[in-house]
Amino acid sequence: MEKLRHMMNPLDFSVEELENLFDLAGDIERDLPGFSHKCDGKILATCFYEPSTRTRLSFETAMIRLGGQVIGFADANSSSAAKGESVADTIRVISCFADICAMRHPKEGAPMVAASKSTIPVINAGDGGHQHPTQTLTDLLTIRSLYGSLKNFTIGLCGDLKFGRTVHSLINALSRYEGIRFIFISPKELKVPDYITEMLRQKNIPYEEVIKLEEVMPQLDFLYMTRVQKERFFNEEDYIRLRNFYILDKEKMALAKEKMFILHPLPRVNEISVEIDDDPRAAYFKQVQYGMYVRMALILTLLGIK
Amino acid sequence: MLNIGKIEEGFVLDHIQAGKSMQIYRHLGLDKLDSTVAIIKNAKSKAMGKKDILKVECDINSLDLDVLAFVDHNITVNVIKDGEIIEKRSLVLPKQITGVIKCHNPRCISSIEQELPQIFYLADEEREIYRCKYCDEKYSEGDANNL
Repeated sequence: MEKLRHMMNPLDFSVEELENLFDLAGDIERDLPGFSHKCDGKILATCFYEPSTRTRLSFETAMIRLGGQVIGFADANSSSAAKGESVADTIRVISCFADICAMRHPKEGAPMVAASKSTIPVINAGDGGHQHPTQTLTDLLTIRSLYGSLKNFTIGLCGDLKFGRTVHSLINALSRYEGIRFIFISPKELKVPDYITEMLRQKNIPYEEVIKLEEVMPQLDFLYMTRVQKERFFNEEDYIRLRNFYILDKEKMALAKEKMFILHPLPRVNEISVEIDDDPRAAYFKQVQYGMYVRMALILTLLGIK
Repeated sequence: MLNIGKIEEGFVLDHIQAGKSMQIYRHLGLDKLDSTVAIIKNAKSKAMGKKDILKVECDINSLDLDVLAFVDHNITVNVIKDGEIIEKRSLVLPKQITGVIKCHNPRCISSIEQELPQIFYLADEEREIYRCKYCDEKYSEGDANNL
């Protein structure tokens, strides 16, 4: 019997295992109908202790497109957690019903606790500000599909680089590939944490930190946008002064390479002007599509279905 | 100068950073032992200026060296038999510690999940950084209380 595997952190999978996962996602993209019965008779439980429409629907669609069924709950109030049931007990019960579980929880480490007691594969679908591995897998697959590989490019990460878990996780995941150069674009209040830049220095990975997006736009192969939230600033004056630096519009896009791609974990608020949406370089909705393919590939991989 | 006699069987923890002996006393559960324990605080030390020393008359095997190494791996452990030092044990930072310190991240699952063991792993050996197994929060001596 194969060892039970979970997905808690993108680094749980080796680079080679991720390559296999992305190859499978590519096969799914090319022949979606060919995978429509792979999970016949299988059940995915989506245990969402906090609302997250996009991620939950992506998981559910992924399973339905594989021919499987879905059970679950969309917030803690409609689960036994409202009665005080522990995560450990919930997963033991879910293990009796379903074949695989995707769990989102506001408490950091909850999916790991679930995985330690589970008899079915558990996927971390986001645990507080800690990890959101399937978002990172989505980002990696999007880059790989658009660029052709996960090597030798310059990626700019822009906006809130201090609190954004998707950004930290993506940097960690990309640090395993060759020839990647990072440019961090943020106000000084929202700079990428020291432990990330320390890790990059230790691995001799080049990076640069700048305040203005325009300065570096022509160098980028990818621009990963995140939202700069007003509440992250100490005062409104600074926010008003800085916010326009981090709003992507046609003027800034005129400085970019013809083949640069814009990514965003979504939801977008105003950091990417809607006037960019029709630009062929805007890849953030395509990214959602890749999110579903990678979740389909992950479900198949964790269930051991060829 | 205060004099404390030799012990016949047991161990001596020497070179404890001054002021840390009571913390070690608690971590090792020495309060639960029915043995003779001497706690010497602020003893003169050439190398350290001042230091604490613990002398315990009980079997060394009842001691959790991992916990001791976590608290201070520079401590010297002298094993005593028939009044003489028969062995000096060096301490190595444990890869993982369970039930010694508590995660103080309010967003960590360990803050609500019943009977979940508090587990920390050694994330950076050089800088002696431990992180919570569940949420990866860094353990900081200043803001964490002992269990």
